[in-house]
Amino acid sequence: MTLVTTVMGLLLALASVGAAVVAIRVRSLPVAILAAGLVSLLAAVLFVLLAAPDVAMTEAAIGSGLTTFLFFFVLGRVRGGGDHD
Amino acid sequence: MIRTFFVVLLLLGLGAVFAGLMVGYTPDAELNATARYYADNTAADTGAANIVTAIIVTYRGLDTLGEVTVLFLTAAIVALVLAAGREKDPASRIAPPPAGELLTTGSRLLAPLILLLGVYVFANGHLTPGGGFQGGAILASAVLLLLLTDPLRHFGHRLISVVESLSGFIYVLIGVAGVVLAGGFLDNRILPLGDFGALLSAGAIPVIYTLIGLKVGAEFASMLVSLSETEEPR
Repeated sequence: MTLVTTVMGLLLALASVGAAVVAIRVRSLPVAILAAGLVSLLAAVLFVLLAAPDVAMTEAAIGSGLTTFLFFFVLGRVRGGGDHD
Repeated sequence: MIRTFFVVLLLLGLGAVFAGLMVGYTPDAELNATARYYADNTAADTGAANIVTAIIVTYRGLDTLGEVTVLFLTAAIVALVLAAGREKDPASRIAPPPAGELLTTGSRLLAPLILLLGVYVFANGHLTPGGGFQGGAILASAVLLLLLTDPLRHFGHRLISVVESLSGFIYVLIGVAGVVLAGGFLDNRILPLGDFGALLSAGAIPVIYTLIGLKVGAEFASMLVSLSETEEPR
């Protein structure tokens, strides 16, 4: 592993930890969902760097694609319910 | 106060465990015996350019059948639990607020492209990274995008379950055909291996991965559709 990939890997790991903290702490739900998706997306980039493109595709498709969509879908349903809280 | 103390203590303990693992870690300089076998013999044995796919579909095909079964069970249980809350009359559902112009137009443009990408990913599973599970998830995300645009859109449960069961059934049939015609269960050499690197090569691997892709896509889609058809809690 060269120095460049090591530094990039460390940066990606730090960024994903930062995105995870944002996902937990932020008040707005859409921003939290996007931050959670960002964690998966950064993990997918990290997997590509570590020469595991198959795992990266799974992570990108399910972690950051399907799950983010699903959270937004459920969020829309919950808000669409409207008059009960 | 005491709670914070315990949380910090727990985090420090976890950190110490991981630090211990990291300090003692030295990357392997060369492949171990199993990996060496796969790296040396995959191209000759299976004709697949992507070793990962060859391992998932052929060498460890039985495990993949197990994974597909687990996913099927999950989809079945989700459908069972959510069927209780399904609305009898689809026309009586309250129309949600209309989706924005951006989402409607964007999904009209993107959904066919996403479907195409999903099919590409699982059809080329033996050549490029990706395969049935990834492609299936991509197919399902196109379905989810359509549901997001129009939650009242009707998807045929019958069609989804027919695709799901047929592909699962043919998958097992191909596995059994491997026992009869080739070296064992799920052996891919029941079909000619073809030219290395061509789309129609590597024996039964593209067929099996297409079936897995359809099955996984149908399972995810059925979960999402059941989820969207449940009644609003009152």
